[in-house]
Amino acid sequence: MTDLERHDYDVIVIGAGGAGLRAAIEAREQGLRTAIICKSLFGKAHTVMAEGGIAASMGNANEKDNWQTHFRDTMRGGKFLNNPRMAELHAKEAPMRVWELETYGALFDRTPDGRISQRNFGGHEYPRLAHVGDRTGLELIRTLQQKIVSLQQEDHRETGDYESRLRVFAELTVTDILKADGAVAGAFGYWRESGRFVLFSAPAVILATGGIGKSFKVTSNSWEYTGDGHALALRAGASLVNMEFIQFHPTGMVWPPSVKGILVTESVRGDGGVLRNSEGKRFMFDYVPDVFRGQYADTEEEADRWYKDPENNKRPPELLPRDEVARAINNEVKEGRSSPHGGVFLDVSTRLPAEEIRRRLPSMHHQFKELADVDITAEPMEVGPTCHYVMGGVEVDADTAATSVPGLYAAGEVAGGMHGSNRLGGNSLSDLLVFGRRAGVGASEYIAALGDSRPAIQDADVDRAAEVALAPFRDASENPYSLHQELQQKMNDLVGIIRREGEVREALDMLDDLDERAKSVGVEGHRQFNPGWHLALDLRNMLAVCRCVALAALERTESRGGHTREDFPGMDPEWRGVNLICTLDGSDAVQLRRQPVPEIRQDLLELFERTELSKYLTAPELARLDAGGSSTQQGSADGSDRS
Amino acid sequence: MSYDARFKVWRGDAAGGVLQDYTVEVNEGEVVLDIIHRLQATQAPDLAVRWNCKAGKCGSCSAEINGKPRLLCMTRMSTFTEEQVITVTPLRTFPVMRDLVTDVSFNYQKAREVQAFSPPADLQPGDYRMQQVDVERSQEFRKCIECFLCQDVCHVVRDHEDNKTSFAGPRFLMRVAELDMHPLDTADRRQAAKEEHGLGYCNITKCCTEVCPEHIKITDNALIPLKERVVDRHYDPVVWLGNKIRRRSS
Ligand SMILES: Cc1cc2nc3c(=O)[nH]c(=O)nc-3n(C[C@H](O)[C@H](O)[C@H](O)COP(=O)(O)OP(=O)(O)OC[C@H]3O[C@@H](n4cnc5c(N)ncnc54)[C@H](O)[C@@H]3O)c2cc1C
Ligand code: SF4
Ligand code: SF4
Ligand code: FES
Repeated sequence: MTDLERHDYDVIVIGAGGAGLRAAIEAREQGLRTAIICKSLFGKAHTVMAEGGIAASMGNANEKDNWQTHFRDTMRGGKFLNNPRMAELHAKEAPMRVWELETYGALFDRTPDGRISQRNFGGHEYPRLAHVGDRTGLELIRTLQQKIVSLQQEDHRETGDYESRLRVFAELTVTDILKADGAVAGAFGYWRESGRFVLFSAPAVILATGGIGKSFKVTSNSWEYTGDGHALALRAGASLVNMEFIQFHPTGMVWPPSVKGILVTESVRGDGGVLRNSEGKRFMFDYVPDVFRGQYADTEEEADRWYKDPENNKRPPELLPRDEVARAINNEVKEGRSSPHGGVFLDVSTRLPAEEIRRRLPSMHHQFKELADVDITAEPMEVGPTCHYVMGGVEVDADTAATSVPGLYAAGEVAGGMHGSNRLGGNSLSDLLVFGRRAGVGASEYIAALGDSRPAIQDADVDRAAEVALAPFRDASENPYSLHQELQQKMNDLVGIIRREGEVREALDMLDDLDERAKSVGVEGHRQFNPGWHLALDLRNMLAVCRCVALAALERTESRGGHTREDFPGMDPEWRGVNLICTLDGSDAVQLRRQPVPEIRQDLLELFERTELSKYLTAPELARLDAGGSSTQQGSADGSDRS
Repeated sequence: MSYDARFKVWRGDAAGGVLQDYTVEVNEGEVVLDIIHRLQATQAPDLAVRWNCKAGKCGSCSAEINGKPRLLCMTRMSTFTEEQVITVTPLRTFPVMRDLVTDVSFNYQKAREVQAFSPPADLQPGDYRMQQVDVERSQEFRKCIECFLCQDVCHVVRDHEDNKTSFAGPRFLMRVAELDMHPLDTADRRQAAKEEHGLGYCNITKCCTEVCPEHIKITDNALIPLKERVVDRHYDPVVWLGNKIRRRSS
């Protein structure tokens, strides 16, 4: 029997970012004994890095804004592949989730009449992002962290113990979800500090583990983003949806090499920054795609007037959705019009007074000064695309965040569906709160229905989990660091921003090879805070997730949002109705299948002009719309007749 | 552009340790954390270090470089000469776990002792109204990334282990000030600042302000004003409440 530390809870939340903390607050408020587990210290999760803001149609900057416009923008951004129910709930509930943060102590920037200020962002029709300078994620995480502390203080007053109902297990990595009779029974992990194993018994687990960016070489994501939650869900028997959709943020730092990929917030463009190539040209005017023509300015003059008078002018094309801007930059670089270090220029220095730049973009100013020796109030920045966000993720029920495995829930970046093929800026932070809360509610309803019959963990499963976790301490020659570097480079090159069939096939071969070599990864030393060992365990997750990405990227023979196939450059209405689903088979091999996208309700479709819908929907879908809708599933949705 | 730098890195655990010598490649534009990572990948795979964002935003990678509390990810190699030997040691004020990783749980305990934000009971979500000028003071303190460098450098605990029970440290005294200046907080925090969080121990040396990577003026803008409010003899609770609560007029 494995030597371990044991804990008993009602709910375990894996992840202490925005989604995990909001889920935990909800679970605790619903009366559940809740554990929060995270790989880094409390308050350091990836959410802390979010800069620009949190999207919610509070209508403080423009009273015309409402949930319907937010819904429309979200669906457009996602190219209509979003889970429509998720997009609807998100648009409706985001304002209340933001206002709630104020009751926890958040201090957003204000409008002149004292309400929460809202800023412009790519793809959002109205100024919609609540923000605190360019450190909104820090405000979000600190606020939720402090709310947790306040709940712990309440518990302390009542029970004499801060941790009687809500405890944070920081620097603990979960390596397996344990089940009994098909339902969740708990989770297994290790303390990063001591290497000691920990077993949690709990009938409900909420995954809030974030993304997968560390599988790519150039990324804005931190080391935590190794796709653990995605892999845990797969191994527990849940499914992943649309893993081919990965957002490459158009503006990451490109120089110096050691900071390549670090994010340059979109607020730089929202606040007036423009993109230029080596010829000094504002090239984005050449890249407005047909579906967006009519919403974006044709001339620099009109674009510039928009900042002052958005009612009577169209938006600058720099504020197109991220996928469009990233592809445009990629193309400028490919055609030889790049800045000295292989990016393009992003300039605010000629657009705003220095004082204003320092006030509105303090952390960008700081970041460039400290890391690149560039003063953004005096000279342009050099930027290029960086792997930023995964739209794909664990398949969940929109209302409860439940996966197909009883007791397993997922919320935040690890969950899929909400953003369709492309996420709008600011829509992640709001997603975390809306669906984090819903996961907390979902889990508590599930537990209430369970009553006293909680699944019991089997000793044999625990021993197996321990065995797998200890496997890297073998006398073998593969170095986890080199394997990881190879994976990152290859994913970047072969399944990156632009994809081709041959290259994706090459990536799949490379994954076969790495899977094989991963079996002989060996690490030195002991279990105490051993980063080589940690990486070896993370590698297993990254390899599984990368295979899902590559398989789905090969299957989807069209270009849409965060998936661009050079050999299939157009968007195909037949594919609009198709989700690609990954699961594991009995021998842990990834299986891919097609599944219809949930139908968009008639009343939601009617929020759009028919001419706009005709750019996305198939002829039969449009005919049904004209006939007043129907409750049957879209017939063409499996897309299986495509070559 | 590359050169070989000489490093001394503290290796060990709670039982003790030594400064170990390394010679390691440095490339243009790199920061100290890059070099630590290169050591892990090439010479010391089990070298323990905490980090996360590598962009100065999360406050995980705190350590001491040539004796000065710094973020490893925001210390550029170009600030040293090629000949200089660079010494990297764990934060001195907190117990070592392993190598560069320390046990910072002291800070989380202190965070828990500061009474949470206490809004007016009848104020509904969506009805909060505050002016930008009124939130700005607290916003400065909310830039804090909780790197705990100020906690590490403050002599009150750095040199006197026994003060740890009665002194919250600059970061959490600043948290008290932040809430005290929050336009909608209804709690009176002055007595607690003095009696529970040990504001009196601070003799305004400003060492905390000097090391803060967010350039927060901890001493001038948080600690001194808090001290002034605590000693204010003409304290009148009714006036104080009237000044603090600013409601939507409609
Ligand atoms: C630089 C940057 C800027 C951004 N700016 C914005 C913005 O302005 N607006 C916006 O809406 N979005 C923005 N995003 C996106 C947004 O920040 C993220 O999508 C979001 O924060 C993800 O939150 P989360 O709660 O899902 O996960 P995270 O905050 O990433 O938290 C994941 C948690 O899971 C834990 N975890 C992971 N694996 C395990 C495991 N195996 N065991 C235990 N714990 C585990 C981690 O330790 C961590 O606590 C930005 C992203 C980046 C990188
Ligand atoms: S100013 Fe006060 S809190 Fe800051 S370092 Fe000096 S004594 Fe400590
Ligand atoms: S106040 Fe500054 S030095 Fe202190 S913890 Fe916060 S960011 Fe770090
Ligand atoms: S790693 Fe986040 S501050 Fe250095």
